[in-house]
Amino acid sequence: MIKLEPRGQHSKLMAWLSPVFAGILTLISGAILFALLGQDPLEALHTLLIMPVSDIYGLAELCVKAAPILLCAIGLSVVFKAKVWNIGAEGQLLMGGLIGSACALALIDAEGFWVLPLVLLAGMVGGALWAGLAAWLKTSFNANEILTTIMLNYIALNLLIWAVHGPLKDPDGYNFPESAMFSDSALIPTLIDGTRIHFGMLFALLAVVIIWVLLSRSFLGFQIKVLGLDSSAARLAGFREKRLVWIALLISGALAGLAGVGEVAGPLGQLVPSISPGYGYAAIIVAFLGRLHPVGILLATLLMALIYMGGEMAQITLGLPVALTGLFQGMLLFYLLACDVLINFRIRIPALSKSAADKLAVKEEAVN
Amino acid sequence: MDIDLISNILYAMVRTGTPLLLIALGELVCEKSGVLNLGQEGMVLMGAVAGFVAALLSGSLILGFLLAIAAGIAMSLLFGFIALGLNANQVATGLALTIFGTGLSAFIGADFVGKPITGLEPFALPLLSEIPLLGKMLFSQDMIVYLSFFLFAAVYWFFRSSRPGLIVKAVGENPHAANAIGLPVMRTRYLAVMFGGAMAGLAGGYLSIAYTPLWAENMSAGRGWIALALVVFASWKVERVLLGAWLFGLASILHLVFQGLGFSISSNLLATLPYVATILVLVVLSRNQVRARLLAPMSLGKPFHASS
Repeated sequence: MIKLEPRGQHSKLMAWLSPVFAGILTLISGAILFALLGQDPLEALHTLLIMPVSDIYGLAELCVKAAPILLCAIGLSVVFKAKVWNIGAEGQLLMGGLIGSACALALIDAEGFWVLPLVLLAGMVGGALWAGLAAWLKTSFNANEILTTIMLNYIALNLLIWAVHGPLKDPDGYNFPESAMFSDSALIPTLIDGTRIHFGMLFALLAVVIIWVLLSRSFLGFQIKVLGLDSSAARLAGFREKRLVWIALLISGALAGLAGVGEVAGPLGQLVPSISPGYGYAAIIVAFLGRLHPVGILLATLLMALIYMGGEMAQITLGLPVALTGLFQGMLLFYLLACDVLINFRIRIPALSKSAADKLAVKEEAVN
Repeated sequence: MDIDLISNILYAMVRTGTPLLLIALGELVCEKSGVLNLGQEGMVLMGAVAGFVAALLSGSLILGFLLAIAAGIAMSLLFGFIALGLNANQVATGLALTIFGTGLSAFIGADFVGKPITGLEPFALPLLSEIPLLGKMLFSQDMIVYLSFFLFAAVYWFFRSSRPGLIVKAVGENPHAANAIGLPVMRTRYLAVMFGGAMAGLAGGYLSIAYTPLWAENMSAGRGWIALALVVFASWKVERVLLGAWLFGLASILHLVFQGLGFSISSNLLATLPYVATILVLVVLSRNQVRARLLAPMSLGKPFHASS
């Protein structure tokens, strides 16, 4: 029998090794899965994880996918530090896309450098409003934020679908459920010609730096961390708990909203029903996998974006369902949670250690 | 509104509330033992896809339901192993179960999207189904709805007057005391989690075999989450779970009611009603923090390690 024995203190080494183990275990499970599906495991993994990023176009596409995930995940790191379980990044992203689109469509005839900043701001406000609703429900009514944010995700999705079928539908769009294309002044310029990579990736990187400074160098960040570690200590120190919950949720919502408007004003150029293939949910995994640390989140984002590309590649070249992405995401999070046990516990195999102790005793006797 | 319309609305209310009732009953037992499993949505989806594929390939609806239950149990064991066996955070493990179940079910079901099966037919009980209003609502349903009535009564009896029910409650209220007097805390919790899995799996099977006999990605549409809120709404009392499930069933079919009354509101906007109702319910019931804490099982969501 294998036994778990409390370590008595957190193992910092294990905290950082665990995501690596989780990644390796996911790869092994993926290889086994491919073998079961009758594919050559190594070739399939090569197709999935190396081929998509073997040229400049692929790398640019990786950044296109990474930008929204990174924005959502870095925002989640703030709320999760405060132990506020915002599962609503997906809904906040959709609302950012929706409100941003409404703004861009209202300004469709406008020209000038000010249009794009206004559209992006509208998206951030949309996301922040949606997260603010959850903050209001939590601070004023004590409603569990996990359930409210998930409900708000479903509501946001239905509002988005309603909007593309109704008020925001392109009048000249042959009745397709999508908006008109935005004007050029409302589009985020691309970074490299011929690819889809745009300034959104730079926003995301900027957000990472800002949040890093906020969490590690500011008093506000300190208060947020104390609230998460020990809420009664935070109260004792006179920190205003409700205000901190509000701020953390607004920051995370605004960043998710920016991710959403970055999609519609970036690679999409219009509002469509399928803005996000679950970026907001993937960001939860990324935040945990990256240990809520900016560098960790950056690395985990790249892995997650790669999994998204791998899923698309698997569909094109191997004929496997694109849902492979979700499967890999789920496995990754499961393995992470299982490996995280090693942070607080060590594995003991009593039978083994007993016989080892016996041997030691025999040796000592022989020496004596 | 004429009586036929009301009778039809009541019928659809029970039918729509059934998956919610099944999931919420399972989760109630699980939470009474002190385990919070947020993975309902994942278990429901796995039940739905397993049930549908089995029913389609074998042509047997019963086999479909059995496989749906088995899939739910298998998923719940995965949760149990990580959350109970490895003492991981229950909230995170439940979320992982939902993400994993969503991904795996979409992967398995990819080749079966849009394929039709002949779903479970309603079975009107003679005489009883003739009762005005209530006859159609309660006695013209399909077998799984009747089964949900029976399971409701069974869970009610279990907690009211059975010894195992008492053990589950003891384990959920104070696992250390339960452990000290020799009650099997871990085994009780595993069994409660498995019951929750079986019920969620059955609810999934109901969705894909009876309610809308087809498979579509994410077809549970948040019912697993709504059921979690239902348990809070019911204040962990069995009889209120039934009331809540049917009320939410009504909220989900309000668009039919509105159509019947001749209103025209976008169906996408009306589709948000169950989710809005869930939030409202949470708001009303959580406002009083002390009361909310008193009603929930004391050890809910807290890991238990016999040595500590």
